[in-house]
Amino acid sequence: MVGYLVVLLLILAAAAYWIGRTRAVASVNGDVARLHSLPGQHGTFLALFAAGPALFAIVLWSMVTPGIESSIIADRFSAELSGMGVPQAEAFMRDARAMAFGGLVGFADPTKEAAAAVYKSIHATSAWIIWAVALMLSASGFYWAYSRIAQAYRARHVVERVLRAFLIVCSAVAILTTIGIVLSLIFESLRFFQQVPLYKFLFGTHWSPQSAFTGAGAEAGAVNQDIFGMVPLFAGTLLITFIAMLVAAPIGLMAAIYLSDYASKSVRALAKPVLEILAGIPTVVYGFFAALTVAPYFRSMGESLGLNVASESALAAGVVMGIMIIPFVSSLSDDVINAVPQSLRDGSAGLGATKSETIRKVILPAALPGIVSAMLLAVSRAIGETMIVVMAAGLAANLTANPLEAVTTVTVQIVTLLVGDQEFDSAKTLAAFALGLVLFCITLTLNIVALRVVQKYREQYD
Amino acid sequence: MTDAIASFGAGRRPVSIHTDDAAKARLKGRYRAETWFKWLGAAAVALAGLFLVLLLSTIVTQAIPALRLNYLTLPIDLSAAKVDPAKLDAVNYDAIAQEALAAKFPDVTSRQDKRLLRGLISTGTGVFLRKDIAADPGMLGRTVNYAVPLDDFADLYLKGLLADVGSDEAISTSVTPSETSGDIDLTFGDDTMLALARGWGATEGENGMLTLTSGASSLLVAFNGGTVKLTALSPGANGTAVAKGTVIEALDSTAPAASGQAFLRVIDTPEASRKISDKEIAWLDTLKSAGLIESRFNSIFFFTGASREPELAGVWGAVVGSFLTMIVTLAIAFPIGVSAAIYLEEFAPKNRLTTIIEVNINNLAAVPSIVFGLLGLAVFLNFFGLPRSAPVVGGMVLALMTLPIIIIASRASLRAVPPSIREAALGIGASKVQTVFHHVLPLAMPGIMTGTILGMAHALGETAPLLMIGMVAFIVDIPGGFTDPATILPVQIFMWADFPEAGFQQKTSAAILILLVFLVIMNAIAVILRRRFERRW
Repeated sequence: MVGYLVVLLLILAAAAYWIGRTRAVASVNGDVARLHSLPGQHGTFLALFAAGPALFAIVLWSMVTPGIESSIIADRFSAELSGMGVPQAEAFMRDARAMAFGGLVGFADPTKEAAAAVYKSIHATSAWIIWAVALMLSASGFYWAYSRIAQAYRARHVVERVLRAFLIVCSAVAILTTIGIVLSLIFESLRFFQQVPLYKFLFGTHWSPQSAFTGAGAEAGAVNQDIFGMVPLFAGTLLITFIAMLVAAPIGLMAAIYLSDYASKSVRALAKPVLEILAGIPTVVYGFFAALTVAPYFRSMGESLGLNVASESALAAGVVMGIMIIPFVSSLSDDVINAVPQSLRDGSAGLGATKSETIRKVILPAALPGIVSAMLLAVSRAIGETMIVVMAAGLAANLTANPLEAVTTVTVQIVTLLVGDQEFDSAKTLAAFALGLVLFCITLTLNIVALRVVQKYREQYD
Repeated sequence: MTDAIASFGAGRRPVSIHTDDAAKARLKGRYRAETWFKWLGAAAVALAGLFLVLLLSTIVTQAIPALRLNYLTLPIDLSAAKVDPAKLDAVNYDAIAQEALAAKFPDVTSRQDKRLLRGLISTGTGVFLRKDIAADPGMLGRTVNYAVPLDDFADLYLKGLLADVGSDEAISTSVTPSETSGDIDLTFGDDTMLALARGWGATEGENGMLTLTSGASSLLVAFNGGTVKLTALSPGANGTAVAKGTVIEALDSTAPAASGQAFLRVIDTPEASRKISDKEIAWLDTLKSAGLIESRFNSIFFFTGASREPELAGVWGAVVGSFLTMIVTLAIAFPIGVSAAIYLEEFAPKNRLTTIIEVNINNLAAVPSIVFGLLGLAVFLNFFGLPRSAPVVGGMVLALMTLPIIIIASRASLRAVPPSIREAALGIGASKVQTVFHHVLPLAMPGIMTGTILGMAHALGETAPLLMIGMVAFIVDIPGGFTDPATILPVQIFMWADFPEAGFQQKTSAAILILLVFLVIMNAIAVILRRRFERRW
């Protein structure tokens, strides 16, 4: 129903554009050059005021009403809802909404049908209100803007100011996203830390949130605080990241050096796309490769050597993650190596150094800050990587440094805690947000440090 | 030799620290180090290439079997006695197809064997049959030859992926059966079979008795129009061998088969370590040699939604879900990203706020994708109450994730437009907005499009944030709109990779192949755009 309203407003806007244009031309009797702004700008001005405020009101309405509607329902059916736990109440609302507006209904009962009927009537009322409000806004906006259009009216300035405001709002989306991330992570984490103290979370060495509750049912008992220790997850993440960097750092760096200083044009034309393809392959594909090809291979190889390799060993996940990061390391290192001025190479060659001596003793030291920063970014990438470890690393939190055993990581735990139907308020799901906060902080710190390293230690050659 | 040259050189020039033996050795060492270093670099590049080849070849070789599916053609009785044309929906089509299959093997009588036989054809047979009858009512009232898809195990066996099967070899001695069905004794003319059985892992017992357990390879003897599975062998009188066996397919008679008339077929993989029994293998081989099984293009895989049955599972639902999600992502990320880039590059004053926005965007590009999933879960689902598993929410999350990529690419592209263009436009009286939108933006568009396509390709392969917002749900229906529950291709791959059925491994690889094809197409478009339209000033 509101969809029609939007369509109607868009038609109105098109009409307003045409009307505004005509009126502007008419106001100077067709002598367009006498207008301050172009006729089209007058038209846009009128269209903006005819449809803009109304559309804005609709957006606001569609954001606010679901909340208001459900709070009204919750209020009217408070007697029925009071006996339910949080998940049942949520399911009740969801089903009522689905029955009223179409969708998948879990199971129906008379109370839900009543709620659905109320839902429908409230929604109809609010839709009528928004129709009335939108049409009123549209009419008054049109009237106001229409009366403005005249030969000397600076429609262009208004239009450009609106456009600029739109551009600013768009840039602000990036900031809003960051704020959204930080706030949502912090709020949910705070709720988690009300149940589990921060020091137990950060320094505890036991992690098994699947057994989080001592009680059962809606009134679950107290939360066992000792099973939310994230040290094993952190250790597992570091172990896998370390293995990944062991693979990616030398291969990526050497590949970058070879491609920038040794490779012939034809080799470069072949190798660059190879690295780009490697970078473009989705991580879920790497995960599949790790879980179904690399891990069994390592396992059978370990068996033939008499070693006991877990089928979800940290080694397999780490090596495949390393392969994934190779192009990342190599492209960043490539930029850094190319940024070293040619004069340094020429000077070194002039002194009789071989190419490899130039690279090892001149270029790498000069590029060191950049390379360190590239490695830090790669580490941050590896820590935040999810799909490979979800598919190839283990689920049980082992505190071990043995790469042949299964370990779990922060991202794996976030996924396992949040995938599936869980009630949203349990310590278990909130723990995922606390882990997310830790992850966000670590990667952010690594990125900032990487940036600082470059800024602080970069040699200025020009 | 070296000494000779050194002394030869010494005669012509005074020996200095640059030309003495030590220097020569040093130089040699330096050159060796040089070569080493160069080869190390080449090895690194080669290793990266090797990984790529390994990855792609693994996936392609696994995916190829999934592109075809084996169908069994059965004469299905659709006469009015079986199918009442008035009540088409009340008919048990599965049972009709199963009867047609059972008619092929009249001597399968035990309840257990019948169930095994029924399991050879897909559980979706009835659905296909009903659909085809609805589409073509002319099938009714007669017996039609209808191709039904085989069950995944049967299909995998026929593709040679479930068991190693040796070829049929003629037995160079006579074979005499005691009965035509049930547990029987076989008498072989000589004792070569004993040595063979030992070689195939038979267990040695008392009195030279050899037992073929389910841990050993299966030995099937085919003769007199039937098949016997050997269970035990022992030496008989006068150098003969006596075997105990179970008849899998009834023999025509108890007449002895002459030398070369009986065939031994060995299934290398022991019965205990494969998912298909000897009986099923024998039945399938019979059907196959009767020419009833044909391998067809697997249209089920490409054009249907998900299923728990590997042979019925398709990617179409996931492809549609991915498409819907990408539309939302593009519709949000492209306008906002380009607008933000225009503002930051062309209009923004250089002050603290814009610096913060810039740093912010760069940091956002490095935030792990799963954190965006947490944002989507906390804000879009729990705060705004948007539906779970819906492409609209997935698209919004991916849009936020792609936004920094698009902004950074668009800014680079806008920056590449030379200032002379702007100055010329301003000089002839264009306003700042007109300059940007009429002159700078069109020139920057190819670069912006390239960046956008690459960002979209990145979003298309993203999985982790979508797990958070419930797109991992098992959804059979093909999504019809932006708010319908849906799954997307990478998530489908993730789910299939987790399923234990062997058939899903090939499906997963095939789905990956489809995803990679989409990515290659998108990247190719980006490359073409860059080559064709990007101008260098």
